[in-house]
Amino acid sequence: MLHTLGLLLGCQLVGEFVARGLGLPIPGPVLGLAILLAALALRRPLASALRPTTEVILAHLSLMFVPAGVGVIGNLDVLSSDWAKLLVVLTLSTVLSMLVTVATFIAMKRLMYRLKK
Amino acid sequence: MNGFVSLWSYLSATPLLWLTATIGAYLITENLAARLGNPPWANPVLLSVILLSPVLVFTNTDYGTYFEGAQFIHFLLGPATVALALPLWDNRATIKKSVIPILCALVAGSTVAAGSAIVLAQFFDLSMGVLLSLAPKSTTAPVALGISEAVGGIPTLTAVMVILTGIIGAIIVTPLMNILSITDWQARGFAVGVAAHGIGTARAFKVNPIAGAYAGIAMALNALLTSLIVPILLRWLS
Repeated sequence: MLHTLGLLLGCQLVGEFVARGLGLPIPGPVLGLAILLAALALRRPLASALRPTTEVILAHLSLMFVPAGVGVIGNLDVLSSDWAKLLVVLTLSTVLSMLVTVATFIAMKRLMYRLKK
Repeated sequence: MNGFVSLWSYLSATPLLWLTATIGAYLITENLAARLGNPPWANPVLLSVILLSPVLVFTNTDYGTYFEGAQFIHFLLGPATVALALPLWDNRATIKKSVIPILCALVAGSTVAAGSAIVLAQFFDLSMGVLLSLAPKSTTAPVALGISEAVGGIPTLTAVMVILTGIIGAIIVTPLMNILSITDWQARGFAVGVAAHGIGTARAFKVNPIAGAYAGIAMALNALLTSLIVPILLRWLS
């Protein structure tokens, strides 16, 4: 467990270091994700060593959103004045995104199928 | 009475109280959601926020004091984002099999998710701070918070938007896809993963295992892409 935690934090630290150092707009942890992916490709046995701890972390991912979510008490002014607009924007944007994704996915799948024939 | 007041003022200022309260609220609401059969609207994150916020307001605790305790949980979002590499790695065979549809749908869906939020926020005359906080709403919370911070949004507002987006996506996806009579589980799962991250993915797993796996792939890939796309879209569209 400690090894996995150390590796996860290490990847994040390197990611943070590179992102800040080069002034990239990518969050450090995302770069850390890419670094860990590269490490997994280079050292295959790493995956099974990481699995037990990462599964526990990812199973409780929801809990980690709570502290940020409670930040709503600091934004009550925005939410109370704009809640209806926000709800419309979020709903429309989510529906649009799902429609475009599903249409692109199916169209490309059909195209690939036809090209193979 | 005086003793209680001084005890309270001691406890409410230590990290212990609010750390315990956060975990306690989550355990209660997760249990409640499970008992209700995990419907998409009974989201443990949303319910925990609804449970904790009035307590803070009622006890006159400001967010800074609360966060001193809750930060220990908040901190784990970073390593948890890094940990998303493992499910991505585990699914590499599936990704390879349909790499073209996956990449095209990812780029299209991710661009529309962030772009439409930016355009719609301007159309509805929302403030710049709100717009910047809305842009990364479709990506998983730890990444969205990082993006929001990087582009100058309000991370706590982004957190609320991300959670609401997940719940909206999870509620809408099944009726929407059924109305359009889309029966391709890969496509359905991938769509909800791109638009509604982890909450959408959890929903997809409950509906169909293939949809769940594709939603998980979409969520992890979108975490990588959104952080690249949002700064570019913000420059173009606003």
